[in-house]
Amino acid sequence: MTIDSVRGAPDTPGLAEPELVQLLTPEGERVEHPDYPLDLSAEDVRGLYRDLVITRKLDLEAVALTRQGELGLWASLLGQEAAQIGSARALGEHDMVFPTYREHGVAWCRGVDPLRLLGMFRGVNHGGWDPAEHRFHLYTIVIGSQTLHATGYAMGIQRDGVLGTPSAGATIAYFGDGATSQGDVHESFVFASVFNAPIVFFCQNNQWAISEPLERQSRIPLFKRAQGYGFPGIRVDGNDVFACLAVTRRALENARTGQGPTLVEAFTYRMGAHTTTDDPTRYRLKAEEEAWKLKDPIERVKAYLVRGDLADAAFFEAVDDEAKATAKDLRERCLVLPDPGPLTIFENVYAEDHPLMTEEQERFAAYLASFEEEAS
Amino acid sequence: MVTPVSPKQFRLPDVGEGLTEAEIVRWHVQPGDEVEIHQIIVEIETAKAIVELPCPYEGVVTELLVSEGQTVDVGVPIITVDTGGDGAAAQPGQAAEQAAPEQADAPAMNEPGTVTPDQPKRQPVLVGYGVREGATKRRPRKGSAQGSANGAPPPPPPPTTAPVALAPPAQATAPKVPAQGSPQPVDNGLPLAKPPVRKLAKDLGVDLTAIVGTGPQGSITRDDVQAAQAAQAAPQAPQGAREERVPVKGVRKATAAAVSGSAFTAPHVTEFLQVDVTPTMETVKRLRDLPEFADVKVSPLLLVARALLTAVARHPMVNSSWSDGPDGAEIVVKHYVNLGIAAATDRGLIVPKVKDAQALGLPGLARALNELTAKARAGKASPADLTDGTITITNVGVFGVDAGTPIITPGEAAILAFGQIRDMPWVHEGELAIRKVTTLSLSFDHRVIDGELGSKVLRDIGDLLADPLRLLAVSP
Repeated sequence: MTIDSVRGAPDTPGLAEPELVQLLTPEGERVEHPDYPLDLSAEDVRGLYRDLVITRKLDLEAVALTRQGELGLWASLLGQEAAQIGSARALGEHDMVFPTYREHGVAWCRGVDPLRLLGMFRGVNHGGWDPAEHRFHLYTIVIGSQTLHATGYAMGIQRDGVLGTPSAGATIAYFGDGATSQGDVHESFVFASVFNAPIVFFCQNNQWAISEPLERQSRIPLFKRAQGYGFPGIRVDGNDVFACLAVTRRALENARTGQGPTLVEAFTYRMGAHTTTDDPTRYRLKAEEEAWKLKDPIERVKAYLVRGDLADAAFFEAVDDEAKATAKDLRERCLVLPDPGPLTIFENVYAEDHPLMTEEQERFAAYLASFEEEAS
Repeated sequence: MVTPVSPKQFRLPDVGEGLTEAEIVRWHVQPGDEVEIHQIIVEIETAKAIVELPCPYEGVVTELLVSEGQTVDVGVPIITVDTGGDGAAAQPGQAAEQAAPEQADAPAMNEPGTVTPDQPKRQPVLVGYGVREGATKRRPRKGSAQGSANGAPPPPPPPTTAPVALAPPAQATAPKVPAQGSPQPVDNGLPLAKPPVRKLAKDLGVDLTAIVGTGPQGSITRDDVQAAQAAQAAPQAPQGAREERVPVKGVRKATAAAVSGSAFTAPHVTEFLQVDVTPTMETVKRLRDLPEFADVKVSPLLLVARALLTAVARHPMVNSSWSDGPDGAEIVVKHYVNLGIAAATDRGLIVPKVKDAQALGLPGLARALNELTAKARAGKASPADLTDGTITITNVGVFGVDAGTPIITPGEAAILAFGQIRDMPWVHEGELAIRKVTTLSLSFDHRVIDGELGSKVLRDIGDLLADPLRLLAVSP
C-alpha cells in the first residue's frame, strides 16, 4: 500500500528510460557513442574478458567459502563485474582508489592479492593492507564515508600542484546507490564541487540498497543529482565493460587536467544477495533478476569476441582454467590463513611505543599465562 | 561404517551472522554419490533464509548424518565424504575440517585432539558461533597463550583472584566452608573462582553462586564446576513413550505467535449464519461450462470470495485495521482488498493473499485463487504473497466441518469461515426440501466493527450466496 502510493505518486519522471551510454549491447553488438569513442585491440578485449571471468570466479569461491563456514560474511559482486573492471582498467598508476567493501574486481585490477580481501571476512585480521602499495585504499564498511576520504585526498593532490602534468593522479570513490542517501556523500559532493577537486564519483547503482529499492532513494536518476552540485553527471550501462571503461577514462582525464569532479552512475544490478546474510527473495521479484540476467556483463563480451572472431574456443577454455586455478589457489590459501594471537590486538595501534598500551599488553599477557598455570 | 580411507565430516556452518542452528530442508545427494567441491549438497533453512550449501570436499558421500526436517546446531557434522587418496583435495579439506570446529569455538584454536564427541550444547551469543560445550572440553590448558583467551571475555574478577594462582595447594586441609557457613563467602558477595574456572562455568552454563567451593578459601575449582554441571544434567532422564514432544518451529511457530497475538489484542466476536446455497452450487456448475473458465477450477469458494468482496464494497469499514499510532488509536479503512485465503499445507497454515482482489473480474479472481493456493501448497509462496492482507477467508468446509470461530489475521478486522456444504432438510418456498446448506461464520474485531455492522456484512454475504444473481445486481 505504501509502495503503491509511492510508485503512483505524481512527478517521478526519472524512473522512465534514462539516457545511458552504451558501447556494447547485451547481444554483444558494438555501438558507437559520439562522445565516447573507444578503440580497443583484440588483445585488450580479451584482457577485459579474462578480468571479468576471473573476478566472477573468485567471488563465487568466496561465497562458497562462506557457505562452508570458512568466511563469516561476503559481499558478492555478481552482476557488477563490468562496472568494476571497466572503471578500474581506466585507472592510471597515479590514480588512487577508495573502495567500499564490494570492489573485489577493482582490487583485482589494482593487483591486490584476493587473499588480502578474505582475511577480514574470515575474521583473522582487520582488513588492513598498505593502501599506497597498490593505490587502493582499505575496504570501507561504513556506508559512504570513503567519499569524504577520497575528496580530501583529491584536494591534497590538487594542492600538490601536479594537476595537468604527466604525474597527475585523480581519485576515484566507489559507492552504491544506497550511499547516495548518506550525508557523507552529499558533503563530499559539495566539497569536490566548490574546490573543483580531481575526483570521479563512481556510483554502482545496483538498484537495491539491501532491501530498499532505488525509488525509495531518489525521485530522479542519481546521475542527475550532480547537476545540482555543479558538476557533470553521466549514466553508463554498468553491465557494459566498454562503456564503463570509456566513460571513466574520460572522467579521470578531466579530473587529472584540473576540470573537476564527475559523477558516473553505472546502471547495473546486484544479481546476488546484498551479503551472504541477506535473502533477496524476501523483497524482490524473480522476474526482475531474470530480466537482468539477459544483460549479463560477461556474456556480451564473449558474444562480441566470438562474433568478431577475436578469440577461439581454446582461449575461452584457457581463461576458464585459469579462473578455476586461481580460485582453487585462493581457497587453499584461505583455509590455512593463520589465526591471529590475542596479543596482536595491541599491534598497530600507535606508530610508536605507548606506555599505557605496553602496560596493558603486559597485563594481558600475564593473564593469558595464568591459564597455563591453572591447567598444569 | 567408515572405510579406512580418509572420510571427511562437513559440519553445519554458520551461513549468516550469529545464527546458531538450521533446519535440514533437502538433501541433494545420497550415500554413494560422487561429489565435487562446491557442488550443492543440501538446502538448509536458517532463521533468515533458505540457503544452499556447497560441498567443501571432493569424493564419495559415505553417510548423511542428519535427516531432512531435523534442526541441528551449527558445528554439528551433517555429512561424511570419503575423499579417497586424492592428495590435492584432501589438503584443503583437512584444513577445512580443522577450521570449522575451531571457528565454532574460538578458544580451541591450537588444540586438535581435544574434540570429544560429546552432546553438543550451546551458549547463545549475540553474534558469532556461540560457544559449544565441546569447546570447554579442552580447557585453556597448555594451549599456547594465544589460543586460550581468545574467546574468554575477561570477566571482571574480584581483585583477589589473580594472586590466588600461586596459593599453595592447601587442598589437604579442605576448608570447605568459611566463616558463617555461608557457601558463597567473600565480602563482595561474589563467589571466589579463578578466571579460567569462571570461563568454564560460563561455558557450561553453571551458576557459580549456587556452588559450594572446595578449593582454598572456599574458592570454586574446576572439579566443583564440572560436578555441578553433571548434577544439572542428571535430571534429564529419558522420557517414556507416553508423551512426545514435537518441536515448535517454522510455520507452526509463526502461526502460534500470530494467532495468540491476534486473540489477545483484538476482542473477537463471531457470528454464524446458515445459508441455502443451492443456487450458488448451480451457478458454480454453469460457470464451469463457460469458455472464460475453461482453464481454471471453479469452486464454491470463488463465489464466497466474490460475495465477500461485494459485501466489503458495501461496508468498507469491515475491511480495515485497528492501529495504535503515536497520536492515539486509529482505524485504517482500506480501499483495496488483499484477500487472504487460509490454506492448509504440508508446512502448516499459510494464508496467501490475492492482491487488489476487488479489481479482479470473476475469471481473474478464480485464476488468482487457484494459482495462489497451489503456490502456497507447493511451498513456493513468496513473502509478498503472504503479507499485507486486509481480510481473510478460511475454508473449513474442506475438512468436513460446519463452522468455527476463526481467529482474525493480525492487521485485519474480520475473517470469514466457510463450512462444508451438505444436504440438509430446509424450508424452501414454504415446503420442506433437501437443499445444499452451509454455515458461514464471521469473526470480527469488536473494537472496529459493531455487532450491527458485522451482522449486516454476514447477512449480505449470505443473501448473495443464497441468490448469486444479486451479485450482479449490487455490483458497482
